[in-house]
Amino acid sequence: MRWPVSLILGLALSGVFVAAALLSFFWTPHDHETMAIADRMLRPGEGHLLGTDHFGRDILSMIMVGARTSIAVAIVAVGIGIVVGVPLGLLAAANRGGLVDEVVMRGNDLVFAFPSLVIAILITAVFGPSAVNAIIAIGIFNIPVFARVARGAALPLWTLDYVMAARVAGKGKLRISVEHILTNIANILIVQGTIQFSLGILAEAALSYVGLGAQPPTPSWGRMLADSQTMIALAPHMAVFPGLAIVFTVLGLNLVGDGLRDILDPRLRRAR
Amino acid sequence: MASYVFARLLSLCVSLIVASVVIFTAVEVVPGDPASFMLGMNASPDAVAALREELGLTGSLPERYLSWVGGMLTGDFGTSYTYRVPVAELVAARLWVSLPLTFYAMVLSTLIALPVGMLAAARRGRPADLTVMGTTQLGIAVPNFWFAMLLVLIFAINLRWFPAGGFPGWEAGFVPSMTALTLPAIALALPQASILARVMRSSVLETLGQDYIRTARAKGLSQRQTVVRHAFRNALIPVMTILGLQFSFLLAGAIIIENVFFLPGLGRLIFQGITQRDLIVVESVVMLLVFSVILVTFLVDLAYAAVDPRLRRRG
Amino acid sequence: MSLLSVRDLSLAIHGTPILKDVSFDVAPGEVFGLVGESGSGKSMTALACMGLLPNGSKVGGQAMLGDQNLLALPERRLRDLRGREIGMIFQEPMTALNPMQTIGDQVAETLVIHGVARRTEALKVAREKLDRVGLGAARFPLTRYPHELSGGQRQRVCIAMAVALQPKLLIADEPTTALDVTTQAQILDLLRGLVDEAGMALMLITHDLAVVAGIAQHVAVMQSGEIVEAAETEALFRKRAHPYTRALFAASEHAPERTGHPQIADTVLEVERVVRDYALPRKHLFAAPGHVRAVDGVSLRVGRGESVGLVGESGCGKSTLTRAILGLERLQGGRIALDDIPIEAPHVAPGTRRRMQVVFQDPYGSFNPRHRVARLVAEPFHLMGRVEDADARVEGALEAVGLQASDKERFIHEFSGGQRQRIAIARALITRPDLIVLDEAVSALDVRVRAQILDLLAQLQGEYGLSYLFISHDLGVVRRVTDRVMVMQAGKIVEEGQTERVFSYPEHPYTKALIAATPRIPESWHEEARSNGVG
Repeated sequence: MRWPVSLILGLALSGVFVAAALLSFFWTPHDHETMAIADRMLRPGEGHLLGTDHFGRDILSMIMVGARTSIAVAIVAVGIGIVVGVPLGLLAAANRGGLVDEVVMRGNDLVFAFPSLVIAILITAVFGPSAVNAIIAIGIFNIPVFARVARGAALPLWTLDYVMAARVAGKGKLRISVEHILTNIANILIVQGTIQFSLGILAEAALSYVGLGAQPPTPSWGRMLADSQTMIALAPHMAVFPGLAIVFTVLGLNLVGDGLRDILDPRLRRAR
Repeated sequence: MASYVFARLLSLCVSLIVASVVIFTAVEVVPGDPASFMLGMNASPDAVAALREELGLTGSLPERYLSWVGGMLTGDFGTSYTYRVPVAELVAARLWVSLPLTFYAMVLSTLIALPVGMLAAARRGRPADLTVMGTTQLGIAVPNFWFAMLLVLIFAINLRWFPAGGFPGWEAGFVPSMTALTLPAIALALPQASILARVMRSSVLETLGQDYIRTARAKGLSQRQTVVRHAFRNALIPVMTILGLQFSFLLAGAIIIENVFFLPGLGRLIFQGITQRDLIVVESVVMLLVFSVILVTFLVDLAYAAVDPRLRRRG
Repeated sequence: MSLLSVRDLSLAIHGTPILKDVSFDVAPGEVFGLVGESGSGKSMTALACMGLLPNGSKVGGQAMLGDQNLLALPERRLRDLRGREIGMIFQEPMTALNPMQTIGDQVAETLVIHGVARRTEALKVAREKLDRVGLGAARFPLTRYPHELSGGQRQRVCIAMAVALQPKLLIADEPTTALDVTTQAQILDLLRGLVDEAGMALMLITHDLAVVAGIAQHVAVMQSGEIVEAAETEALFRKRAHPYTRALFAASEHAPERTGHPQIADTVLEVERVVRDYALPRKHLFAAPGHVRAVDGVSLRVGRGESVGLVGESGCGKSTLTRAILGLERLQGGRIALDDIPIEAPHVAPGTRRRMQVVFQDPYGSFNPRHRVARLVAEPFHLMGRVEDADARVEGALEAVGLQASDKERFIHEFSGGQRQRIAIARALITRPDLIVLDEAVSALDVRVRAQILDLLAQLQGEYGLSYLFISHDLGVVRRVTDRVMVMQAGKIVEEGQTERVFSYPEHPYTKALIAATPRIPESWHEEARSNGVG
């Protein structure tokens, strides 16, 4: 099958940032923590490809190391959403209209009333700020998203005759959920996963920006932007580059999601 | 219709009760003793006891919960420990910045997104559609607070068309206040408008594939007439769902973006509350935020019934 | 002088040829039947005349309505004609109406859009038209929404909408296929009445030969995008000149040869006074939930090697009864037993379940698309613990249903609808059951494929001594393949007996109504064909 352009472009774009994050474990152009007041707020150019910040730290190096935080937080948060949300959604669909379904759906509605920012505020108010907060806050927000998507995709499958045939073959709801339902909604979940991944990166940046996420010295794109804010008139490059890093990563992931949907969506596939 | 409204109202109340219990637990139960938590490790036992008295933290948990909820129902949100004024006063002043900003952004986003989405659907696959799809793809990827910073850089610092931040207060007049909120509202609205426009487009396209569209065409309606007379209203239903969800995103976004523009809104209040360990303020503001999200969900449910006759006569 | 004259119509969609040299005439005031199997191009022919072909279509030839070539008119002129000169109704009434608009507005729209009347007058006309199609003002005010109507009623609204401006031609694309047989008869009556009183011509597109036999003056038979035979209806039915026409007739009347010898005294399945209630959604919050009795005291039995039919219209409770027999529904009363072993949902012993399998209607939804045929067919082995010769038995089952053993490596999307139904039968056979429930198992198939599957079922019954419970809405098929038949209405069995007796001398009024409503080809039309050595 030919790969859609959006998938190739998206993989290339997001791949650059994943590669940069991995590379940063071994090598960065400069040490991302070394301050050099003499070299502060240098414009992009020789020596410092993307310039330096108000402490003279190399922005490119900080972006590379910051990619680690963004990607790690987003991946773990998506993981939480999938591991908790998908089984809940499958369970709800298997017992449509029953007590489990009702509890799961009402619980979902409730969590939807708590934007991840609010969860982060609550956690931070009590436990103090950290990157783990961001993971938990975004992760909790992801749970109802995946539960809803899984339930929504599973429900129509339960009315299909092959599920009925499996029940006539004596298989229980749990087994059918795994063997017949999960395998057939996996592609929808993968697509949703990439979307939540990109949303996670945006959310992590926002939380770090307002100080509810990663704390110094952990580098993070959101905090770089917060630092740049007061300098924006003097050193706009401090704001531009971390922002572009976020935009390109998220754009790349969204394109991957679109591309995967084109390949995996059975409705589109049949049309070809 | 009445029973539908009643059922939604009941679910609204249940959500509010559960949400308040969750918030109360997170803020007043998890940290152990809120009073000593707020004063820090080195506080004298007397000071802690005095604060406990002052905050009304002496009773049992159920008693405290009930008095907190009861207080909120009568407009008494408690007293801020740092400001020494009623939280209700603090919140009221700031609410008049955050909520107008949220609604301003929501109106902007809707006004931009719906026509753009319709246009893209009507011109499917043609240059206009591709432009919309490309632009919105980019718009979704842009963090609103960063976009806000760029707007400040361009329109406030370089072009000087708008103030870079601050809020004159509503008593200074409608126009100056709205001017101060315009850049923040644009920064909030455009990324959300991108999502909404895409939803609108796909919803219209999906509707155009329905059997009743073919029926309408067989009656002699033009492509355009079918979109206006049949597809639009049907396509609005998924759009409304997204609009309801967007409210909570916009509200959260407003709180974050207030930082960029130095707006005296709920965001400032709550982040100060966190740094100063003023749990009473945090608790009340969070409850207020959650309440407004739940309320909007309820309103969206009512809007469904207004638009969709299938919901109206059901229980 | 014909009203619509189609000459050498050809059509390709994205380069794939769909229609080739289609020519026919529709005279004013006549009913013209266009018959063919699915994919024969009959719907596309209609859409071509309406100018509503999908994107990427390329048409040739001409379709003259009066002196205008419909295929060459600009969209603006076509729009004027649609609804005014040509009306059209479609197969699926459930989705053909806008759920957000009242039926009055939707009928009135036809007049408003053509500038014939303003909304208030248009609504008056809409009222008259709805009255005419049998939706009286008392029960069906203009302010009703589509979701408040049944399928048949919605189809009436569609008809009112299509004839609101008294077009010269009404095109009806499988207008009754989605409807129950009694509703079908009423809709066909309505259409015939409209043709008679308004002098309108009707182009009726259907897969059902019996439907056109009762209503059309002229018939054309389509096969793979071409008209293979066209004539005056009775002449065509008597002559059956083209081989394809003959095959179609033969298949639609095909009665498979039964080889087995049912031992009726040996009871396999016994259903005694079974009751199944469903809770209704509460009317309001504090009301006690109501109940609907889907199955109401049903008793039946199936003997070894016997084929028992269960017929009834949609909503009569036959699907619920099917699920109850399969041990998937809890009962509120009564007893179901297989060989005297009670079946009590949800926990039926695997050893009992094994002896009873099922074949469903939808050849597309019956299989998990991600599994290979081997795994699909072997699924019921779950009931038998470890099966030593599983592979060999899968191959044996595939061969028994006329497929190849090597097919087990393939995925389900590689098979046609008929082949999939064979695989479904193989899956049902794999546990060597005593009873197979055939739940509308041949209803989705084209007639020729259906005839083959019926033959296969008859042959397997003889070989394995199977009992069949044959559930269907199609009376014609049930009559040809079952020994005994039960007629179900509103959760109850209203009549049962030897199939031939029930169909020839029905006793219950409902059975009589069902049989009277079933379209039939007049017996005398078969004679010439038979004497010609066909049919």
